[in-house]
Amino acid sequence: MAEKKTNRRDFLFTATYAVGAVGAGAVVWPMIDQMNPDASVKALASTEVDVSSVGPGKTITVLWRGKPVFIRRRTDKEIEEARSVKLEDLKHPEKDEDRAQNPEWLVMLGVCTHLGCVPLDQKGDYNGWFCPCHGSHYDTSGRIRKGPAPTNMEIPKYEFVNANTIKIG
Amino acid sequence: MKKFSRIIFLIILITCFQYNSNAAEKVEYLKTDWSFKGLFGKFDRASLQRGYQVYTEVCSSCHSMKYLSYRNLTEKGGPEFTEAEAKAIAASFEVKDGPNSDGDMFTRPGKLSDKFVMPYDNVKAAQSANGGAYPPDMSVLVKARGGGVDYIYSLLQGYEDPPIGITLDDGVYYNKFMYGNKIKMANQLSDGLVEYSDGTNATVEQMSKDVTTFLMWAAEPHLEARHKMGFKAIVYLIILTTLVYFSMKRIWSRVKTEV
Amino acid sequence: MSDHEYNPKSKFGKWFNDRLPLLTLANHLTDYPTPKNLNYWWTFGGILTFCLITQIVTGLVLAMHYIAHADMAFDSVEHIMRDVNYGWLIRYIHANGASMFFLAVYIHIFRSLFYGSYKAPREIIWIIGIIIYLLMMAAAFMGYVLPWGQMSFWGATVITNLFSAIPLVGEGIVTWLWGGYSVDNPTLTRFFTLHYLIPFLILGLVVLHIWALHVPGNNNPVGIDIKKPSKDTVPFHPYIVIKDGFALLMFMIVFAFFVFYTPNILGHADNYIEADPLVTPAHIVPEWYLLPFYAILRSVPDKLLGVIAMLSAIFILAALPWLDTSKIRSAVFRPLYRQFYWILVADVLILGYVGAMPAEGLYLLIARVATAYYFLHFLVILPVLGFKEKTLPLPISITEPVLGGSPNLAAAKNREGLKE
Repeated sequence: MAEKKTNRRDFLFTATYAVGAVGAGAVVWPMIDQMNPDASVKALASTEVDVSSVGPGKTITVLWRGKPVFIRRRTDKEIEEARSVKLEDLKHPEKDEDRAQNPEWLVMLGVCTHLGCVPLDQKGDYNGWFCPCHGSHYDTSGRIRKGPAPTNMEIPKYEFVNANTIKIG
Repeated sequence: MKKFSRIIFLIILITCFQYNSNAAEKVEYLKTDWSFKGLFGKFDRASLQRGYQVYTEVCSSCHSMKYLSYRNLTEKGGPEFTEAEAKAIAASFEVKDGPNSDGDMFTRPGKLSDKFVMPYDNVKAAQSANGGAYPPDMSVLVKARGGGVDYIYSLLQGYEDPPIGITLDDGVYYNKFMYGNKIKMANQLSDGLVEYSDGTNATVEQMSKDVTTFLMWAAEPHLEARHKMGFKAIVYLIILTTLVYFSMKRIWSRVKTEV
Repeated sequence: MSDHEYNPKSKFGKWFNDRLPLLTLANHLTDYPTPKNLNYWWTFGGILTFCLITQIVTGLVLAMHYIAHADMAFDSVEHIMRDVNYGWLIRYIHANGASMFFLAVYIHIFRSLFYGSYKAPREIIWIIGIIIYLLMMAAAFMGYVLPWGQMSFWGATVITNLFSAIPLVGEGIVTWLWGGYSVDNPTLTRFFTLHYLIPFLILGLVVLHIWALHVPGNNNPVGIDIKKPSKDTVPFHPYIVIKDGFALLMFMIVFAFFVFYTPNILGHADNYIEADPLVTPAHIVPEWYLLPFYAILRSVPDKLLGVIAMLSAIFILAALPWLDTSKIRSAVFRPLYRQFYWILVADVLILGYVGAMPAEGLYLLIARVATAYYFLHFLVILPVLGFKEKTLPLPISITEPVLGGSPNLAAAKNREGLKE
């Protein structure tokens, strides 16, 4: 009888603690989630860019989600360079065909994968980009060739809405 | 017993105050059944969509709604237009954007992320176009008026000929629900003014109700989420309170006293 | 303070505790002997701690999204309400939390008044409490300015103008407070800074408040000192913790009802209209918790004297331990004081009511009578009552009425009557 009583008491206390803990967790979540991107930021997650005025060999930089996106209209020579590299020579092997939907247009996040600086256009040992912060060299496909950066520059989700308009995001 | 009589005395005192302060507002607003009132209150989706139509076709030529974006029209708990519908709505507005690379401002069709287009560039322009009176922004209008939805609903139907003895200046109208009865907005609604696509008969009463519902949502876009969460929270609290109550009884049973 | 030395069991615990006696503190807090006859009016201390922490946490979160600028404050509040994840919830908790905080603090204060908790040896606890209350009012007032609605703006204008009543330097002080020639952006930014600071001052004072409490220990409904700790007290944990927890949950149900179902009922509709320096709202009304003082301010026809009356109404409370000359703490044994106590409660409620009404005609008359009575209570009735009143005999120990089932003698008698 006495034992039964103890058990029931234990159950009551355990249940109280458990239900209390669930509530505490539920209260904490809104306080954490409020720091995530809000509805107005999420709504701006895609942007459309008119590229009709970009000539061959020119790069434009647009802002997307607060970061620069490089849109480069590559010359035939650059495409040739990017496509002739052997995958074994690459630190982060990726085919140029997988990086550029349309070989003429390279759309990539202009953020060095080392520590987040913005690389300079048409600089470095591989005619692509060069990051001045810690000396990372990227090729004409934005792939890391030399320096501390671990991976190629990121390709955002994008699509050609029509021949002259690219939708990023 | 004494304790009880005191509590009753206090309750009477408080209710007297309550009664008095209500009596101070002499006007009785028109009543209608709002679907969003009560513990489980939700917006009437169709009414919100019709209300949006009334707002766009009637109100929006003078009243801005600067805190709303076209994307809000698709959000849960709102009019819930489909994304395609909302995109079409947004695209039907010309939005000022820029500057472009030449430094010029330009207009383009609206996007979901754009705010509702404002009828005037600024407050001064709005005033000068409306005889000096600024048509208030409608984003939080319902919350900014003491009578809330009942007041707005009544005001829209409260236009009358002024009683004998009251003369009105040009551009001033008589409304029995307006504070001081003089309003600078002319009567806007008349039966059949808009044509509802769902076939609802567009009476003044119906339009008033629809547009007021829409304004309520505009002011409290998370009302449905709030009601839902509130119910869960209170049920949860009652369960936990019960558990804690019995735990407390258990613990205090160790000492010879009452809690 | 517990008289026994605390010795941690583990070696590391002892090593740590010798250097920083946190474990001794924790042990003191859990073992703290609490009178076993405390009733539910005593749970509001814990509830107030909860309120303070809730306000600080939700306030910090809101400060991450709020913009303290005259052109953007109103917009940023709407941004919080519409776009920030759970922003509406957090803001409604913060806004209604202020009201709940004051509700709890008024119950806490009036509990103290009823049971004489401010009397020796607890005067310092009481005075710290009054300072906390003053800071709460300052924080609440400045917080109400931040959304930059019509009531924010005009409330700030009216309250800061109170300082202009000071002779000679008044105008200068007001200009200095504003940082300009009217309430404007500089005023808003400094109010935001102070609104952020004050809760932490309150937190520090709360620590002192509790420290000062733990020296003599709690008062109790009978109002007599603890005779035998082993018989009259229970350890704070788990007895008082669970009881406070239960009361807190009941309080939270009321709180949740406001937040989820009537979040704007305690606010004023005009504060959803953006601040406009050209138009004053028809009725400027402070938040409900400041209404009694507002009524006192308006009941005096002279500007300077009105301000003095209002401030005196608060500061007079700090002198209460010396104005109340009775040696008996609890009103349970003071039949006359008990009557006057309830008259004072009614008086304050009436002041609150007329504070919300226009200051004219009958309302003004009532406000004046009620103001006069408020001061009469503290300055005349209480001192005289201590000498004249015939008090009831005190029990020998708090256990005696406790065993009877209730600390309230009248109730205990009733119970006995029922038995017969």
